[in-house]
Amino acid sequence: MQAFTQLTGVVAPLDRANVDTDMIIPKQFLKSIKRSGFGPNLFDELRYLDEGKPDMDNSGRPLNPEFVLNQARYAGTNILLARDNFGCGSSREHAPWALEDFGIRCVIAPSFADIFYNNCFKNGILPITLLDDQVDALFEETFASEGFELTIDLQAEVIRGAKGGDIAFSIDAFRRHCLLNGLDDIGLTLEQSDAIRAYESKRKQQTPWLFAE
Amino acid sequence: MAAKTLYDKLWDAHLVRQQEDGSCLIYIDRQLLHEVTSPQAFEGLRIAGRQPWRLDTNLATPDHNVPTTSKERTVGVDGIEDPVSKIQVVTLDENCDHFGITEFKMQDERQGIVHVVGPEQGATLPGMTVVCGDSHTATHGALGALAHGIGTSEVEHVLATQCLIQKKSKNMLVRVDGELGKGVTAKDVVLAIIGEIGTAGGTGYAIEFAGKVFEDMSMEGRMTVCNMAIEGGARVGMVAVDQTTIDYVKGRPYAPTGEQWDLAVAAWADLHSDADAEFDHVVVLDGSQIAPQVTWGTSPEMVLPVFAQVPNPSNEKDDVKAAGISRALEYMGLDADQNITDIQLDRVFIGSCTNSRIEDLRDAAAVVKGRKVASTLKQALVVPGSGLVKQQAEAEGLDKIFIEAGIEWREPGCSMCLAMNADKLGNGEHCASTSNRNFEGRQGFGGRTHLVSPAMAAAAAVAGHFVDVRDMI
Repeated sequence: MQAFTQLTGVVAPLDRANVDTDMIIPKQFLKSIKRSGFGPNLFDELRYLDEGKPDMDNSGRPLNPEFVLNQARYAGTNILLARDNFGCGSSREHAPWALEDFGIRCVIAPSFADIFYNNCFKNGILPITLLDDQVDALFEETFASEGFELTIDLQAEVIRGAKGGDIAFSIDAFRRHCLLNGLDDIGLTLEQSDAIRAYESKRKQQTPWLFAE
Repeated sequence: MAAKTLYDKLWDAHLVRQQEDGSCLIYIDRQLLHEVTSPQAFEGLRIAGRQPWRLDTNLATPDHNVPTTSKERTVGVDGIEDPVSKIQVVTLDENCDHFGITEFKMQDERQGIVHVVGPEQGATLPGMTVVCGDSHTATHGALGALAHGIGTSEVEHVLATQCLIQKKSKNMLVRVDGELGKGVTAKDVVLAIIGEIGTAGGTGYAIEFAGKVFEDMSMEGRMTVCNMAIEGGARVGMVAVDQTTIDYVKGRPYAPTGEQWDLAVAAWADLHSDADAEFDHVVVLDGSQIAPQVTWGTSPEMVLPVFAQVPNPSNEKDDVKAAGISRALEYMGLDADQNITDIQLDRVFIGSCTNSRIEDLRDAAAVVKGRKVASTLKQALVVPGSGLVKQQAEAEGLDKIFIEAGIEWREPGCSMCLAMNADKLGNGEHCASTSNRNFEGRQGFGGRTHLVSPAMAAAAAVAGHFVDVRDMI
């Protein structure tokens, strides 16, 4: 996994609540058996005016000029500013895969859906939860000044570059450690194999029907 | 010892180790696999040269992509016309064969939607931890299990280690007292709950559903309710074990037998919240006040009783919410203040992991029996949740009732719930659907989904628009 330490980039505002993972990556693109290549279809139904199909050439498709990621002023964005309950619905990890493939490495919102939030950390994406007022202020600043950039410092857990000064945020210590170091958590868990085996021995006595074979 | 909730008990029983930083290693008893969220996990195992930790805890079946017409199904995997869907189904077969994982392949009579197959086979049991790369895994909480959806990286993690790194959720109790009225079903109850708490109301919580309504409810009904916990934001939904649970599990193929059964039943008796257990949040509803529900918008929380009117954004004080209502009305092609019963329908879909079990099909058949679907409908279809549900329904003659009414009788799979196979809505079409999500484009590009119970969907199929099913039974 790609480590996340510091990130500076243009902020793109996606000003709607309850953005679901069907919206982030529609189901027809879930038929891929790979982890990569979802970026061109990120927000497909919002981004293009026609119906997207798997394996089609996206370069000639009609773009929706009103959609934020199609606007020149947000070109090259890597920080997405969003509203409440971002990433709700389906557990599809294709959603963070699509964001990452597009180049988004950080999403800032007042709240996230649990499964999506968890999936982000497995893919080097940092989801930051801030207070409603803080998010409102960032939306205002993003709309007001073209090319508005922020710097995310995960080590220090602080966002720099906002008019009102630095904004502190907080990430669970284990997740932060894994993200800062780009750690594969399967490897970490396997270091605890003895504890897993000890648990299994105990459970075999207590609940033998769960160890039938 | 401090009083515990059902969630606390399940959590504590599966805690392998708690780290100093508060993260926990939780043991997983059952993983269900399907073709959409597993290929990258198997690929990860291969690349790292890892083997599954415990083969016998995994059970797979293809469901999301499989075609549901008998024409395609009789030929087998080679009969899948969509080449991309076919690759996913073939890949699941190859991965399960390679690693030695039990799979109910497409032609197996036990194949079906993972969340129908698991309980039906006794492969998901009370007291288990159950995961699947699918957010509707909460379904299995109906059995008194700790069940939730996970992403593909975690599917790989469970395959490789039999564990997940987790943080404990908070406890929420949703109590529904009283008795449901005639024609009001589990689906209406869970939609009413989501309408009450909102689509993010359960975020960060594990929900336990309790109260007389759930005590009286069948296992199928409890599964419908737990299935949609995620639509209220909660990854986990569950119901305490009682005699209804035990009776349901007994005799199923993967359920314990003999001495093991007696041991299991004795252990399961503790799978309820202690009387004085404390919840972080409690929501109480009166079951007798719940009417048949219909969603009008593009989020499951946008739901109202069938006799209500579509909301008017000008009555909403919160700007973000008002904008959400306006956007939903525009997408759905509805006018503010119009009657829900005036919404004309193009298609009706009865199926999905929410409502494709035998009881659901009986409810729908009872409404359409001796009636015909409206001539204005383009299509009405019933997609049973598994091959065994299909067999049971046919043994009861339900297939004939549907066919005589003008409803298509299909092969099992997820089908039009998420339209990954050929069953989908056309642009702008309205659908009465027994599925779980009314998101934009969910059932097809530009499709307009209204979530309802099987009985309400059947009634709507006959009328061609929404009607109160209570007037028809």
